[in-house]
Amino acid sequence: MRAYTPKDNVQAKAYYTDRFYVSPQVPKQDVSTDAIFASDLAAISAKFEVKDAFIQVTNMVVYINASDIYGVLKLMRDELEYTQLTEMSAIDWLAKDKTFEIFYQMLSMNKHKRIRIKYFIQKGQAVDSVNELFRSADWSEREMFDMFGIEANNHPFMKRILMPYDWQGHPLLKTYPLQGDEFAAWYEVDKIYGKEARDIIGPELRDTANINRYDSERFARLGFEQPKGTVITGNEEPTVQTYQEDGGVFLIKKYDKDASKIVDDPQR
Amino acid sequence: MAQVTNRLTPFFENITFDRDDNELVLNFGPQHPSAHGQLRLMLHLQQEQIVKAHPDIGYLHRGMEKMAENMIYNEFMPTTDRMDYIASSSNNYGFALAVERLIGLEVPRRAKVIRMMLLEINRLMSHLFWLATTALDIGAMTVFLYAFREREYLMDIIEGYCGARLTHAAIRIGGVPLDIQDDFLHQLRTFLNKLPANIKDYEDLLDSNRIWLMRMEEVGIVSKEMALSWGCTGPMLRASGFAWDLRKEEPYELYDEVEFNVPWSDKGDNYARYRIYMQEMRESAKILYQTIEMYERTVKDGQTALMAHAPKYISAPKIDIMTQNYSLMQHFVLVTQGMRPPVGEVYVATESPKGELGFFINSQGGPYPYRLKLRAPSFWHTGILTDLLPGHYIPDVVSIIGTTNIVFGEVDR
Repeated sequence: MRAYTPKDNVQAKAYYTDRFYVSPQVPKQDVSTDAIFASDLAAISAKFEVKDAFIQVTNMVVYINASDIYGVLKLMRDELEYTQLTEMSAIDWLAKDKTFEIFYQMLSMNKHKRIRIKYFIQKGQAVDSVNELFRSADWSEREMFDMFGIEANNHPFMKRILMPYDWQGHPLLKTYPLQGDEFAAWYEVDKIYGKEARDIIGPELRDTANINRYDSERFARLGFEQPKGTVITGNEEPTVQTYQEDGGVFLIKKYDKDASKIVDDPQR
Repeated sequence: MAQVTNRLTPFFENITFDRDDNELVLNFGPQHPSAHGQLRLMLHLQQEQIVKAHPDIGYLHRGMEKMAENMIYNEFMPTTDRMDYIASSSNNYGFALAVERLIGLEVPRRAKVIRMMLLEINRLMSHLFWLATTALDIGAMTVFLYAFREREYLMDIIEGYCGARLTHAAIRIGGVPLDIQDDFLHQLRTFLNKLPANIKDYEDLLDSNRIWLMRMEEVGIVSKEMALSWGCTGPMLRASGFAWDLRKEEPYELYDEVEFNVPWSDKGDNYARYRIYMQEMRESAKILYQTIEMYERTVKDGQTALMAHAPKYISAPKIDIMTQNYSLMQHFVLVTQGMRPPVGEVYVATESPKGELGFFINSQGGPYPYRLKLRAPSFWHTGILTDLLPGHYIPDVVSIIGTTNIVFGEVDR
């Protein structure tokens, strides 16, 4: 029977886990243990619904509703002195409960504090762009769209940023294999030579570690190089080599080690 | 075999003339000597003035975040070298620190000192490289040769330590793999003693150079608001009026024990950034002198441990692995299956030579990170070109790209 492979998460998985192993948790502290975070959280929760909040590894994590994001970041920038949007992106939970988790990493340089704002969206749902508050979101949101297919409303230029414009698929989804999919294997062949050349060229070898030991055509036949596709008979003529002195490619014919100077002082 | 002809249309010109509003679209890159790697800029020009700039990136995209999700934590370490390949140890360090914070590890003191030495050497290497290439782009070939000479010396020191010159992988999760070699301190001291004179040489060549000043002064001004809005960090932020250095503000390792200044300026132009790079080199040298003393003190105090003791996550020292059965078993499991950090999330930022280098890790308790986001400073320093370039002239483009100090290994990741 063929082994079952899940289709919703094709990333590498631990092949062995002790059945009694319980993962430890990174400790979470209550927000009330830090006065600055507590007052920030009070300011946010006075205007917006806060679903969960805790402190983990010196950062406060706040879960809010997806529709509040623009308002929350505006409040944080204008009133709470969180002046920088350091980073934002998504986490793919589609295999678990068909959601994406979006996070915004905020920095306050006056308070020396970092807050992570988070919310969940359903698959196919778009987020509200915060490009007007923080210009850094311009490229972050484009990257998120490129990698996960999550669109941002009101974004001025919602195009791919890292992958080519005509690419299909979103590489950081858990359903996207590490070596790329069918489309990726044919992308360059189709684009450069056309679909009709597929039979001649074949798909791109995207697993660079892969070696086909039955392939007897692609070996380097040193001294007997043949064009690709030539039927190998075993009676090939040796490749003619020419030297520069004879009008060919430059190669050192006679190397005199004693005559060459070795520079061993790095300071000269 | 049949001949297959390609369908790429010949592309002889960079310029399209078929507009009637006198606007000219110029493709700058992706193969341009001063584009610092693979940057493509689409510039809309009125005469020689830029009215719209559209940076296009992704030519060096290798999908590191995807790779990280398919690698055990230690396996990912050499991949981080390929982010900011001008200062690879600082990437190694950022990743190692993030995983250590996730696990909750404390690194031995001697390892901390060695890490600081490596980080500051990397900062010097990066700044020298920046100076060399930027000066070359603007036409100062001599500075290029001088700065590369000094960088070569540093690379030799690093090569003596870890065997590599560019992709170091010199830091491990939990410490450092090796103690420094015998002549490391001597070589470093020799270099540092010469450095002030070297920096003075560069400054004599550049500081009041007429061409240099024309390309630097009052060019590429990043205002305070713009720097904050675009998420600028590092020298880009410090040149725009914020004395913000993570080594001071959120100290990691032993940066709270060393004395150094944070150079900053409120000009925001290219020249301010140039001055900050020059001063940061002096500050790095100051830190390095102090770390040499700190190292010698650890020798005196007999603090010899280089890796943290955490058998669940970190392999035991080699001598234990070779002599004790249980250490060997743990080592085997850690190498074949990988460590399993606790379930949770962490965002850790360090001050790399380019700015704030952040690692966001979401761990679900497995041997592979569930999500790893690399926050590379250059990504936003490239994005800011969209707003920074309009209004400038063609010759300024090169100097502005130069002083933003972008490295495409970390822009595209």
